[in-house]
Amino acid sequence: MFKQSISTLAQQLRNKEVSSVELTRLFLDRIQQIDPQLNSFITVSDELALQQAKAADERIASGNATSLTGIPIAHKDLFCTEGTLTTCGSKMLNNFIPPYESTVTSRIQQAGGVMLGKTNLDEFAMGSSNENSYYGAVKNPWNLDKVPGGSSGGSAAAIAAGLAVAATGTDTGGSIRQPASFCGITGLKPTYGRVSRFGMIAYASSLDQGGPMAKSAEDCAHMMQAMAGFDDKDSTSSDTLNDDYLANLNAPLTGLTIGLPKEYFGDGLDANVAKTITTAVKEFEKLGATIKDISLPNLQLSIPAYYVIAPSEASSNLSRFDGVRFGHRCEDPKDLIDMYTRSRAEGFGTEVQKRIMVGTYALSEGYYDAYYLKAQKIRRLIKEDFVNALKDVDVIMGPVAPTTAFGLGSKTSDPVAMYLEDIYTLSVNLAGIPAMSVPAGFVDGMPVGLQIMGNYFAEAKLLNIAHQYQQQTDWHLQTPTLPEGAQA
Amino acid sequence: MNWEVVIGLEIHTQLSTKSKLFSGAAVGFGAKPNTQTTLVDLGMPGALPVFNKEALRMAVMFGHAINAEIGMTSVFARKNYFYPDLPKGYQTSQMDHPIVGKGYLDVTLDDGTTSRVGITRAHLEEDAGKSLHEDYQGMTGIDLNRSSTPLLEIVSEPDIRSAKEAVAYVKMIHSIVTYLGICDGNMAEGSMRCDINLSLRPKGQQEYGTRTEIKNVNSFRFIEKAIYTEIERQADILEDGGRIIQETRLYDPEKNETRSMRSKEDANDYRYFPCPDLLPVVLTQEYVDDIKASLPELPSQKAARFQSDFSLSEYDASVLSSSRAMADYFETAYGVVKDAKLTANWVMGELSKLLNQDQLDVENSPVTANAFGELLVRVKDNTINGKTAKDVLQAMWQGEGSADDIIEAKGLKQVTDTGAIEAMIQSILDANAAQVEQYRASDEDKQKKMIGFFVGQVMKASKGKANPGMVNPILARMLKG
Repeated sequence: MFKQSISTLAQQLRNKEVSSVELTRLFLDRIQQIDPQLNSFITVSDELALQQAKAADERIASGNATSLTGIPIAHKDLFCTEGTLTTCGSKMLNNFIPPYESTVTSRIQQAGGVMLGKTNLDEFAMGSSNENSYYGAVKNPWNLDKVPGGSSGGSAAAIAAGLAVAATGTDTGGSIRQPASFCGITGLKPTYGRVSRFGMIAYASSLDQGGPMAKSAEDCAHMMQAMAGFDDKDSTSSDTLNDDYLANLNAPLTGLTIGLPKEYFGDGLDANVAKTITTAVKEFEKLGATIKDISLPNLQLSIPAYYVIAPSEASSNLSRFDGVRFGHRCEDPKDLIDMYTRSRAEGFGTEVQKRIMVGTYALSEGYYDAYYLKAQKIRRLIKEDFVNALKDVDVIMGPVAPTTAFGLGSKTSDPVAMYLEDIYTLSVNLAGIPAMSVPAGFVDGMPVGLQIMGNYFAEAKLLNIAHQYQQQTDWHLQTPTLPEGAQA
Repeated sequence: MNWEVVIGLEIHTQLSTKSKLFSGAAVGFGAKPNTQTTLVDLGMPGALPVFNKEALRMAVMFGHAINAEIGMTSVFARKNYFYPDLPKGYQTSQMDHPIVGKGYLDVTLDDGTTSRVGITRAHLEEDAGKSLHEDYQGMTGIDLNRSSTPLLEIVSEPDIRSAKEAVAYVKMIHSIVTYLGICDGNMAEGSMRCDINLSLRPKGQQEYGTRTEIKNVNSFRFIEKAIYTEIERQADILEDGGRIIQETRLYDPEKNETRSMRSKEDANDYRYFPCPDLLPVVLTQEYVDDIKASLPELPSQKAARFQSDFSLSEYDASVLSSSRAMADYFETAYGVVKDAKLTANWVMGELSKLLNQDQLDVENSPVTANAFGELLVRVKDNTINGKTAKDVLQAMWQGEGSADDIIEAKGLKQVTDTGAIEAMIQSILDANAAQVEQYRASDEDKQKKMIGFFVGQVMKASKGKANPGMVNPILARMLKG
């Protein structure tokens, strides 16, 4: 049951082979049994889940179900959920129960999705290992000594361990793709503006994008059907018409041109990861695709550009956490400044404070031109690189991350090494294009993700390509052996 | 030393949109704290701003009215600072790319001279909430009803050289925004607030002196007084050989003084950067042109028309066009009586007197423009004379009915029957035979002086109803004998 796809489960629900209440109970029990080892959930919303499951069963009976109706889904704890604690992985929001629902979770709810709970993440989505959470690190189900990746580490681990059928994630610099890669699941970061950011607690507004995480491209397509589309509550959401993400999954790949940027296969890339990716690319040749060597010359600049732009926006976005209206407030403040400084010093973790400081510095008078404006110029160059490359090729492929999941605690003392983890993912966010992580093999028992990057609003195309690959391979069907014999 | 004062003004105008600049919450004064707010105005995590297009239209209207370049691409920026009534920790404003660029206004002073005041820019921004210190012992209440209310900040060049000029400029801005219907102009409720940048320099010197900024002055009178006191303060310091400190000051109307709020050293680094939650606002020429074409008549245009169409003096035309409500009142009343000079005299005279007396705006006049016009019709057709008309207006003011009703009810109709007037005069002459003798014996000059006595007697006998225009010639004829 925990290995089934959304399509299969939807069919079983419709055929009354299982009810949503039964299915939901199974997942809730499994979370209770397994998650103490993984720590992938911050909140499990049993009661609400069963209520929603009951409603889903009624809806299925009345015959107007969608493919998500009755399916147990987890949400990254960065999407505001009405009446359910939403922490963003921070002590700052340890007591925050939103009086409103994010557009993404609301759309999934309207489609009949059942919310199992809220998944763990790096605090305010700042991190690549899920070790920056106030609620503790998440463990990688493939090896409990390794990180699941971040920031959507909880969602990735939960799916890999069969604790949820699918989950939502958000991706500011790789936060869907890198944990998907590390945990051996499929994740899609849509084009900036494709999925509404309303109710998503902002990290870096011009880069943040919500997207689906699931076992397969097909399941991601089912999630996108509900999640994507224009939202008048988000001025940056695109009014370009939504594609039907399921319609073209089976289109053949003959004639597809794939670009392989040489910068994605250079120094720093683990040799075994490189081999895995090359093998995966060969699979596409068998499917009728042509491979072309390309160049994205400004890739190296994406790290400095990202680590100026994202913290700059974050420094401003996180100003609202001031202890005045919601969230953590220090005990007995002696005056206003004391309340601000202590509430924020106590409420925010180290990485968040670091990025607020960096961003504040970058935006300061006298430094703005040298940092923020320069970073924006680099951002334009990176975008042009992709736009130019995608004139000659349909999609671009490469690794998601230079290595497989690394050991817990192995990079926490070396922030630069941690930041370098994101070298292959950041540029996609800076350009705003969509990209996926698709399971493509294993190195030493740890999953490796293939990254597929496409043109603006080419999500349906990416899902089609990934789906075709998953018809030929079974990497995405592998599941980890969990402790205490709880086989997924 | 002979000082020249240099003034630049920043005027915050609250736009009269129905909803806020970035949320659907209603805009209104005086509601219960925090009842006119949405997630956006409360700065809730995950809430996003949506730009109110009505505010955009209003800003473009204003741009046209001050002959300005319209920013075809304007960009919202975040101004970052911490304050309890600033819920997001930043104010969304415009920095490098404002919606309204360079423009100007020609300002007419009381002495009839005109000067041009350059306008650097006008940009859209959201207001903050309010911190309430009364009623909360040892604590501060936060009311976010005003949070995200749309403001248009109008920044002038340092072209203003006197308090009078500053006030004339602010009045003109006030009159333009109310004419355009983009601001209710209610200064007491904070719909228009003014920051005054002021410095002194020796007459003839080119470079500017160090300036101070007086924040949030909210009446024409206070603007004038604040400027006078600040000029005096700065001149005293400079004449004693001191230096002006660049700082923000506050005007205290009760003590009529300005006080230091914070110095430049304490000033925030606002870390402006383009707001990533809002797209640049890109306008089409068609949009801009359509707004220009549908612009209502502006005060200066109206004044010019009043002069040319109604042959009013420049002064009368400028007084009557100073506010749209006043101009509308005048034009409506004129439409009834069709006598511009008569209407202008009565609107600027009796009506204004009564409004001042009761401290009313013309919008709230108890006598409508139409009713006022009907009263003037009775003056024009000699049904009543001017003096009686004032009494009738007074009665109308008290709500006793229309002019005709009151004239009828009180029997105030003027006597215009020649026979009746002759009879009345005859009885006066009979009763004052000695004076008649004396009159007839006098020379022409003396007679001219004496006739007033007889007119007075006639008017008294007629209880003011005899038409003075008729009494005079008939009396003159009958006195000749």
